[in-house]
Amino acid sequence: MKKPIYMDYHATTPVDPRVLEAMLPYFGARFGNAASRNHSFGWDAEQAVEKARKQIADLIGATPKEIVFTSGATESDNLAIKGVAEMYAERGNHIVSVTTEHKAVLDTCKKLRKHGCDITLLAPGKDGLIDLDALSAAITEKTVLVSVMFANNEIGVIQPIREIGRIAGEHGVLFHTDATQAVGKVPIHVDEDNIDLMSISAHKMYGPKGIGALYVRRKNPRVQLTAQMDGGGHERGMRSGTLNVPGIVGLGEACAICQVEMAEEAVRLAALRDRLKDRLLAGLDEIYINGSMEHRLAGNLNISFAYAEGESLLMGISDIAVSSGSACTSATLEPSYVLKALGVGDALAHTSIRFGLGRFNTEEEVDYVAARVIEVVKKLRDLSPLYEMAKEGVDLSQVGWNKE
Amino acid sequence: MYSNKVLDHYEHPRNVGALDRSDPQVGTGMVGAPECGDVMKLQIKVNEETGVIEDAKFKTFGCGSAIASSSLATEWVKGKTIDEALTIRNVDIVNELSLPPVKIHCSVLAEDAIKAAINDYRKKKRGHE
Repeated sequence: MKKPIYMDYHATTPVDPRVLEAMLPYFGARFGNAASRNHSFGWDAEQAVEKARKQIADLIGATPKEIVFTSGATESDNLAIKGVAEMYAERGNHIVSVTTEHKAVLDTCKKLRKHGCDITLLAPGKDGLIDLDALSAAITEKTVLVSVMFANNEIGVIQPIREIGRIAGEHGVLFHTDATQAVGKVPIHVDEDNIDLMSISAHKMYGPKGIGALYVRRKNPRVQLTAQMDGGGHERGMRSGTLNVPGIVGLGEACAICQVEMAEEAVRLAALRDRLKDRLLAGLDEIYINGSMEHRLAGNLNISFAYAEGESLLMGISDIAVSSGSACTSATLEPSYVLKALGVGDALAHTSIRFGLGRFNTEEEVDYVAARVIEVVKKLRDLSPLYEMAKEGVDLSQVGWNKE
Repeated sequence: MYSNKVLDHYEHPRNVGALDRSDPQVGTGMVGAPECGDVMKLQIKVNEETGVIEDAKFKTFGCGSAIASSSLATEWVKGKTIDEALTIRNVDIVNELSLPPVKIHCSVLAEDAIKAAINDYRKKKRGHE
């Protein structure tokens, strides 16, 4: 077993060797600009781009012309939300989203608010899922866009996308979903799922960093966007800039692999994830799973290890790469806003760890990780005055703490 | 990211444990809050004749730097009189452990914990006299 062990697949994934192999020629002899219309270098590059466009479209039930290449999901989110807000400004200025969205969506909405948009952020329930009635109620005559992420990057919770899309459609409102964590992991069909715009990232699905796409519906309804990047008019005027051909080829290949392997991979990852969960639950008391287990990405596990602070836990398992919901190193010292939105108290949020399992994790690694985490949590609890007090029966919420 | 000294205290924390709170020789300081991600409990046992801190124990909920700061604090106060212990400043801890700016609050907490423990001891003593 090779160490360190990588179990942070929501942050990024390694490029699948098959993807890399597909990309390599486009760094070398096949270096053409896909926009060069008058020689074979350009035609070759264009052909590669169009093949990738189809591979992506096929994975999500779209048509190739509905795929707009971007630098990644952050840009896709920006283009979708700002592009719609600007294009449909005469129709309305209201956007509905959710408090647990990625910052690429939240901060884009925040920026639009400064420019006069009205933003409603729905609060999810304890399980991380939004309430569909609350969504319906939030939509007004001024609403132009509903933006709800497909699967959450911290807790892996999968929203009822099809129903959300249906509700948006019934109100004549466009529906955007940030599907960064979901594409290639769960089946997606943009027509059946009532999606009008969808952000896609390559590096979360074993493709390279720096490339992504935005799905933009062309029929029923035809979605129009105001470009956020002006220039040579690439991507049908929606996103100027010379196409990143090797990246695009990589994204296409990553999608093609996922299309074939996704179903089997999800079963395998769910089994590994459940093995990890069961071992941790068997080895430790007072641990709490954050977010719905039922509506969840196969590879995600987010757990609070009460009384053992997250950053020190990470320090103890330094040969394992996972993420913490504690933000002790950040300037604000605020723990995860996603966990907070679920009603997880700050004290517990500081003890949470996100495990992200992926394509290259093995059962042996899961067993090692479970054993190490149990060992370190026990050590930290022996060190923890809170665990000591809890065991003595002190109600920690009733202690008069000195909050700085 | 962490200095070797922080790592050493994290791997081998000194003086972990608890002293009897009800012992009149023992002062207990508890600072921080679970919501903030740091709670330190530092206890000292003082020789009533000499005023020397003969034993010190700690337990900390917090990041590695918080654990190291409180572990170091127990090492430093042991053998000092309570007046000497009160001269320990958070910057001394910062320097000894090479704490980065984002971790300075850990050293502040450790200084506060020493002071809180001494205050508790003094309060108890006054109550007895």
